[in-house]
Amino acid sequence: MTYTKKRLRRTMMFVPGNNPAMIKDAGIYGADSIMLDLEDSVSLPQKDAARLLVYEAVKTVDFGNSEIVVRVNGQDTPYYDQDVRAMVKAGVDVIRLPKTETADMIHKLIKDMEAAEDEFGVKKGSIGVMAAIESAKGVLNAPEIAVSTPLMMGMAVSGEDYTSDMHTHRYPDGREMEFARNMVLHACRAADIYAFDSVFSDMNDTEGFYRETNYIHELGYDGKSLVNPRQIPMVNKVFNPTKAQIEQAKNVQNAIREARAKGSGVISMNGKMVDKPVVERADRVLSIAKASNLIDEEGNYIEK
Amino acid sequence: MEIKTTAVAGTLESSDIQIMISKGSNGIEIDLDSEVKKAYGDQINGVIESTLKDFGLTDAKVKAVDKGALDCVIKARTLAAAQRATETTDQPALEVL
Repeated sequence: MTYTKKRLRRTMMFVPGNNPAMIKDAGIYGADSIMLDLEDSVSLPQKDAARLLVYEAVKTVDFGNSEIVVRVNGQDTPYYDQDVRAMVKAGVDVIRLPKTETADMIHKLIKDMEAAEDEFGVKKGSIGVMAAIESAKGVLNAPEIAVSTPLMMGMAVSGEDYTSDMHTHRYPDGREMEFARNMVLHACRAADIYAFDSVFSDMNDTEGFYRETNYIHELGYDGKSLVNPRQIPMVNKVFNPTKAQIEQAKNVQNAIREARAKGSGVISMNGKMVDKPVVERADRVLSIAKASNLIDEEGNYIEK
Repeated sequence: MEIKTTAVAGTLESSDIQIMISKGSNGIEIDLDSEVKKAYGDQINGVIESTLKDFGLTDAKVKAVDKGALDCVIKARTLAAAQRATETTDQPALEVL
């Protein structure tokens, strides 16, 4: 496995690192990324066992086409050093640092990864990193964290820890998360990295889940963190372009091709202006459609 | 490598295996409890034994309760129990896996 900077990342499914049954089945649900967790889902006396289990699973279990992300324990814990060392040797795709508050924390992570890469003969730069933003300090430092290393894959805003740090808790309308969501998203866009929204943990509130997912999709997030595989098709439904959007995107591409043939960068299509940002949006729709297997190589819609 | 204490790793949940390791003096003695012992008992015992030998233990009593664990789980749990029994958990023996 090698870290790929650009790929489809709509869904990042959390899997507790000390649960063999869940780890063994994690690859069958078609999550874009699987996040094996050594941190909060593992109790303190089981940290050593979870680390060995995740290490061995990464080396032997078939996770299909999913990207493998491992959330290590925080830098303020005694588990962090050996977590990073083991995950570099295992050859995960991405290491996720929890409770990231400063760019220096990412610099330390990169240094520790490089030491392990030297120790085990792992190719430098073959493992990406991502930062979980879980506090007011982290949110305010998000722009520096986002550009702290070329290996930065993305940042995730983590609702539970953040709202607790802000002396509030999560509400159904998500207003308490507004600033953090926008700040982290802007930092990601400015740094050209991926942005992931927090988990939605009430599995029985389907309506609320769709409301939140639609909202973060509208903001411009690339994907959402999940705690249950049942949420994967729900997120994909929100993030995948519709047949109409795909047709529209193809029309935009054709229109701009026509315009360029005439030596212009702008053209009117059905009474609407088509110029550079519209074309970029259309290109993005088609690249997501292609990555999600909604269209074939020639761009034809695949009826399901 | 010397066993200092009796130690357990793993749970009794589905797809897991619980391994208990204590001091022994007669090679690796494994007492395996598994619903699939008839079909896979030799395989499971083999994985436990080779993991312990690679770790450097030649004498140990092992009690294993299997709930349908894959080889990778058996290896990880055996090593976790062995490192706890030898009080070496602060230095994960990744080379054994």
